[in-house]
Amino acid sequence: MYVAVKGGEAAIRNAHALLAKKRRGEESVPEIGLDQIAGQLSLAVDRVMAEGSLYDRELAALAIKQARGDLIEAIFLARAFRTTLPRFGASVPVDTGAMRIERRISATFKDLPGGQVLGPTFDYTHRLMDERLATKAEGAPSPLAGEGWGEGEEGREFGAVPTDGSHPSPPAPLPQGERGETPMPRVTDLLGGEGLIEPSPADDGTPPRDLTREPLSFPADRPLRLQALARGDEGFLLALGYSTQRGYARTHPFVGEIRFGTVEVSLPVEELGFAVPLGDISVTECQSVNQFKGSATEPPQFTRGYGLVFGQSERKAMSMALVDRALRFKELGEEKSAPAQDEEFVLSHCDNVQATGFVEHLKLPHYVDFQAELDLIRRMRAEAETAPGTEDMKEAAE
Amino acid sequence: MRSEPPRTEPQIAAVADPAAEQTAREVMMGLYARATRAELQAAVERFQPLPQLKKLRPAEAGLIMVQGRTGGDGAPFNLGEATVTRAAVQLAGGATGVSYLLGRDPAKAEAAAILDALWQDSALRLAVTDALTPVRRRLAVEAAIAAEETEATKVNFFTMARGED
Repeated sequence: MYVAVKGGEAAIRNAHALLAKKRRGEESVPEIGLDQIAGQLSLAVDRVMAEGSLYDRELAALAIKQARGDLIEAIFLARAFRTTLPRFGASVPVDTGAMRIERRISATFKDLPGGQVLGPTFDYTHRLMDERLATKAEGAPSPLAGEGWGEGEEGREFGAVPTDGSHPSPPAPLPQGERGETPMPRVTDLLGGEGLIEPSPADDGTPPRDLTREPLSFPADRPLRLQALARGDEGFLLALGYSTQRGYARTHPFVGEIRFGTVEVSLPVEELGFAVPLGDISVTECQSVNQFKGSATEPPQFTRGYGLVFGQSERKAMSMALVDRALRFKELGEEKSAPAQDEEFVLSHCDNVQATGFVEHLKLPHYVDFQAELDLIRRMRAEAETAPGTEDMKEAAE
Repeated sequence: MRSEPPRTEPQIAAVADPAAEQTAREVMMGLYARATRAELQAAVERFQPLPQLKKLRPAEAGLIMVQGRTGGDGAPFNLGEATVTRAAVQLAGGATGVSYLLGRDPAKAEAAAILDALWQDSALRLAVTDALTPVRRRLAVEAAIAAEETEATKVNFFTMARGED
């Protein structure tokens, strides 16, 4: 029960002023700019975009600044902001097969077309504090200098990156959408060619259900589950994914492939009669390859879990793939034995804005509720004390 | 910035059939989307004085739902939203220019809509294409650098001989 409580206006005003002061921090230190947050805390920005379910780097940076770096608060701000804007439509589904790759690795095939491309990764770093970053360091090392991963490739010289717009490789006329690279085949397509892995569920033209338009209801089909997971809390999904590895609904996963890079987004526009390219967004995709069972109608084949998130976050994409796979237990004829398989449990609790709203509402005034309980417990005690046979009960309790 | 020498791109100028024209227009829209506001405004400047403009739809920000596909190539699902700005202008006695771009930048969307309108005038098509050359060039350079940096992180495996034989 909520009761309107009057008073405290001045206290609230001052609390918000104090919040603003604390947010700004020591005034002799320059204020942080959105470009600095977007450029140098880019993975925090990615997380706010993914879980805020709103792709806009500048807005996410603003939210992080306003939230003093509290990412769930920033995600909350992003969710609130989106309610102020009209919806123009739904994009053409992005084609991750045509991704401009910045990272692409497979844990199942060493030599695969396109190769293992590490990209900007924390993997293989030693997790030692880098004191150079504590001071105003000179520029970052060149990623082309061959000093990074230590393979010592020889003769690799790129020279200085030109600043005048000229470049060693002549800018040839680009094909449509300005993407010239040959697409890297998905690992799942390599296995699919042999029929050793289940195909993706076919697109029958049904528009996917949308959590932002209708409340979550069960049973949730896979597209709806994927939407919920894509915007779900990274920590919650990480823990659930981990639980499946530790034996709570084991799915025997391999990372078939992780890829991160940019994909083009286009929007079908009715007045034009074609899909307009809107620009590029960064996404991370994880394809898990899991154990097989087969059935009366299907030969044994690998099964799959899928993860796709805004920005660069393979921890999230991997967790999503693990949980997606676990949630498919019924379809794949597996026993239900663990929380990660329970769609009601997973989907109802993976949204950190909802979760924080309900947990944190406990701190709001519950004076009347509590008074009622206080009265109740006093009455119960009073009744217990005066009731006949109280002495016996006391003795029994002792 | 040094001025670009006028270039002839007959393959675009000579477009006659509607399908090819639409494809060419999409390519230009993809360029506007990836250009900066300053780049688009500089391109519009080349066409001053502009014909009388009617803002059919003042630039407005909104959202689109970005969809992905299950497994990368299967049934679609809703991945999350993205901000988009759109605008539409009509040139006096001319075409309607439309723009849709990621982000929230009304001035950029308006410049893109103007360029789209100008481009539809076959007499100006070459000039509009040419005005976007710096953008095309910058994107190509950035893509080349990014591709090279990414390529440098590709793993070359060494095979070690093990065992007796």
